[in-house]
Amino acid sequence: MKALVLHLAVLAALAAMGFLLPPYHHGMMARVLVMAVFAIGYNIAFGYTGLLSLGHALHFCAGMMACGIAMREGVAAGPALLLGLAAGGVTALATGLLALRTAGVSFMIVTLMFAQAFHLALLYYGGFTGGDEGFPLPGAARRLFGLDLTQAGPRYAVALVLFGLVLLAQWGLVSSRFGRSLIAMRENEERSRMLGYNPFTTKLAALVISGLCAGIAGAAYGVLFGYVGASFGTTQYSILPMLYVLLGGAGTTLGPLLGAGLMAWLIDAASGLTDSPLAVIGVTLIGLVVFAPRGILGTLRQRGLKWLP
Amino acid sequence: MLRIEGLTAGYGDKIVLRGVDLRAEPGHVTCVMGRNGAGKTTLLRSIMGQTRRHAGIIHLNATPLHDLPAHEVPRHGIGYVPQGRRLFGPLSVAENLEIGLMVRAHDPATRERVLTLFPRLRERLDQPAGTLSGGEQQMLALARALCLEPAVLLLDEPTEGLQPSMIRLIRDSVTTLKAAGVAIVLVEQRVEAVLSIADTVVFMAQGQIAETLPAAGLTPDAEPFRRHIGI
Repeated sequence: MKALVLHLAVLAALAAMGFLLPPYHHGMMARVLVMAVFAIGYNIAFGYTGLLSLGHALHFCAGMMACGIAMREGVAAGPALLLGLAAGGVTALATGLLALRTAGVSFMIVTLMFAQAFHLALLYYGGFTGGDEGFPLPGAARRLFGLDLTQAGPRYAVALVLFGLVLLAQWGLVSSRFGRSLIAMRENEERSRMLGYNPFTTKLAALVISGLCAGIAGAAYGVLFGYVGASFGTTQYSILPMLYVLLGGAGTTLGPLLGAGLMAWLIDAASGLTDSPLAVIGVTLIGLVVFAPRGILGTLRQRGLKWLP
Repeated sequence: MLRIEGLTAGYGDKIVLRGVDLRAEPGHVTCVMGRNGAGKTTLLRSIMGQTRRHAGIIHLNATPLHDLPAHEVPRHGIGYVPQGRRLFGPLSVAENLEIGLMVRAHDPATRERVLTLFPRLRERLDQPAGTLSGGEQQMLALARALCLEPAVLLLDEPTEGLQPSMIRLIRDSVTTLKAAGVAIVLVEQRVEAVLSIADTVVFMAQGQIAETLPAAGLTPDAEPFRRHIGI
């Protein structure tokens, strides 16, 4: 019950922010919400199942590209978003079938290589994909259920609805029996196998769900902010969701949002203080790993708030 | 009934078990004894599909288990409590049981039966498994295996490192399961424990069954114990 109230309170607070925030923070917050959806996907793979992927940019960018190219070719935003969702799931299924034959460091390297290969393919076929420069999505096409997504208000509303749906779906998933099997897999794969769980299919299912989240996040990013490009397929976009999850708390439902929000605020604040904001963030993350290796919410849960989902 | 015939198995190309025959019948405790390296644990792991089988068969009633992937074996009713308990330490007692329950029907009555057998676990449902005492961890490992409602239970040295009161508790639980008709294969090194519970004693040496005897005729100083485990 406490967990349900907390989730609803967070969503209500985010909805209120839509009315209260000044325009600059409005746009920033919409971006945070979309990136939090991406991080929720990463959290399902890494935080709950223990799959440390370095290639999630592939699924994010595949979703973005599928959606963006479809819209460029005249498909409406709604169906294009669904194409982005499917692209994330299909790339996760295809790469997972091969990458899950490895484990640990090998899994990290294989997923990284898949993402690099995809990024290089986007550059190689730049004539079709727009390459590194990418391409803008026409404002007239960025409409969903009658809402003009070039406007800050509707954009924030769509980002919030998407985030809310994915957040609640994540909570339902990790509270379910399947969610428990993911946690069992994270804790010890061999023990899980001994009890009758199939590690390969369980982890593949987790990766596909994770890829679906990354795909819809990528597609939504393109539609909401009007730009699609291969730069979203670089390693940086594989590292970002990992940092969000580590900062907020891996294996906590609200950790991805907290991590994405704090990171955005840190970068913004550090940019006002120094020309090297990433150095400030680096030091902060080192401190976090040393003093709170479970992330903020993970540490709170460990120190008493055991009900935190 | 669990029936093993001519089982030759090992790890990769290294053969550990050579032509092992074994039967475990419902309501019957079969104790496997032998020196270190005799192949006792490998025998249990082979039943669970965790080794490479070179020859032989493993059947549970009419169902062949020997070709199944390791994760399918428990679903056919084989519970395994390995040496060292192997719990999910950070997860609570309740979550450990839940993970065991989910594999088959997830019948609340099964959970209730298991907690009735181990009332101490009911008091500690929210406690992380890793913080339980050694005896309680062994109870939880046994309880988790029972959540599968196994027809056959494989126990690998369940009383190792436990204090006498806990050993009694575990022994009583095994007696209850035996009375309930579960076929039990128990790897155990302590002669008194074996004689208090076993129906059949199987001695292993160098990956083979050296001798199979009814427990009823054995005493702690019997010759087979001296011969096969050096007591």
